[in-house]
Amino acid sequence: MRKVDKFLIPLCLGTGIFILAAGSVARGDDIPQYFVPPPPFSEGIFPCSDCHADMEANPERRELEDEHVEISGMFNHASEQRWCLDCHNEDDRDKLRLANGDLVSFEESYNLCGQCHGTIFRDWKAGIHGKRTGAWNGKKQYRLCVHCHNPHSPKFKPIKPLPPPDNPLEIQYKKLSDEDIPRNPLGNIQ
Amino acid sequence: MSKNTCSRSKFKPLTRRNFLKGTAASAATLAIPVNTSDASVWQAFFQKHFQEMSKAEMAEVIKRLEKNYGEKYKTSFNIKTSTALPDTLFGYGLDLSRCIGCRRCVYACVRENNQSRDPQIHYISVLEFEKGHKWVSDLEEADKYYYPHEVPEDGHFYMPVQCQQCENPPCVKVCPTRATWKEPDGIVVVDYNWCIGCRYCMAACPYGARRFNWGEPQIAREEINPETHYLGNRPRYKGVVEKCTFCIQRVRGNPGRYPACVEICPVGARKFGNLLDPKSEIRYLIENKRVFRLKEDLNTAPKFYYFFAT
Repeated sequence: MRKVDKFLIPLCLGTGIFILAAGSVARGDDIPQYFVPPPPFSEGIFPCSDCHADMEANPERRELEDEHVEISGMFNHASEQRWCLDCHNEDDRDKLRLANGDLVSFEESYNLCGQCHGTIFRDWKAGIHGKRTGAWNGKKQYRLCVHCHNPHSPKFKPIKPLPPPDNPLEIQYKKLSDEDIPRNPLGNIQ
Repeated sequence: MSKNTCSRSKFKPLTRRNFLKGTAASAATLAIPVNTSDASVWQAFFQKHFQEMSKAEMAEVIKRLEKNYGEKYKTSFNIKTSTALPDTLFGYGLDLSRCIGCRRCVYACVRENNQSRDPQIHYISVLEFEKGHKWVSDLEEADKYYYPHEVPEDGHFYMPVQCQQCENPPCVKVCPTRATWKEPDGIVVVDYNWCIGCRYCMAACPYGARRFNWGEPQIAREEINPETHYLGNRPRYKGVVEKCTFCIQRVRGNPGRYPACVEICPVGARKFGNLLDPKSEIRYLIENKRVFRLKEDLNTAPKFYYFFAT
């Protein structure tokens, strides 16, 4: 009996982990069809193949010095452990590359992020992580991870707050003309 | 009044009840400004309670209000009276581990719900706390006037507070005129034409969620939102109480939009859905995240769930 356990338990565990791992990189088939807006590319940067098609890829890990310097300057995403070609695909630059070698488009980049950030990915699919708009009982609009997090420096950046409320002690009621009524400081922020 | 008393006399005696009725009616007549000959003043005065109006009476009231508002703000208004959706109980989730205190929600609410800009009315108060200090046990210690260059500030966290849409709302219990009540979908609403401005509800609310119009509400014409609901964001009057209604004018629909504060939140900290739908976001977070309700010990049973996603 003990002998059997010695082999069976690791075998079962191993198989289980393999199945789980295979499941976690599934291509988002379990994600309901939600409308995700196109990725927020910097202007003129996509498709990458416009420039990269004629260039020979240099797979050696290094810090870029001539091109994409703004990215290498800010890069802060486990930068000790990875560089460009860990996520960007070497042969077809218009695709991203998963750890298992599968390619995904930029429109489905959540599959790439979800490889490491599994719990966040799970919450995102359930609508708990990240911003959602649309109808609570109908069509919802999701955002890609990269709409809020710069993939090369993902920590959410501080923003300017809108003004605090008036102190009730300072309120003095007076009739104002239409032009003098204070405007909403939100402006056109959507 | 017993039957005997009435039948004994040939002439109907002036009963105590009739005397009081007459007094009240003449007092009411005197209270109406005589120099306004507009019939709408009279109609407004004799308007019924919202829940007691017939369909025809309601249509009449809506027509009058749309006309009045239209004249005041020089734009055409649409006032809905849509009723609660079946099998719906609205619930709200707010992720305290994400909120950065940027106050976008405060002003998106103002834009949507036609709050007075001066005197200023906000439905949402964003409280700032120092990490490691007392907080939910002592909300008075919070700072709601913080205004640094950028948020979040180091060593601080934020908790926005608005109407908690209690299942057991103390504000409703104290209203002497029943001008505020809980709708079947769980939203606590106010009939601004029935509110007498006594502010008992404000005293009863343990969350400080209700606001009073101390002066005639003032909103620039260009900023008016003419898509309104009778129980929600239609323009208010001086001397009435108002509060968050989960954007009743947006959420009561199929499809029903998310409230304005949910849609604006740049960090996606705000969640909204149907508590009776086991597949909704709000149910997911209640079942899977660490959740608490504010001042739960008061037995108000809020439908506003604060949670921590991480």
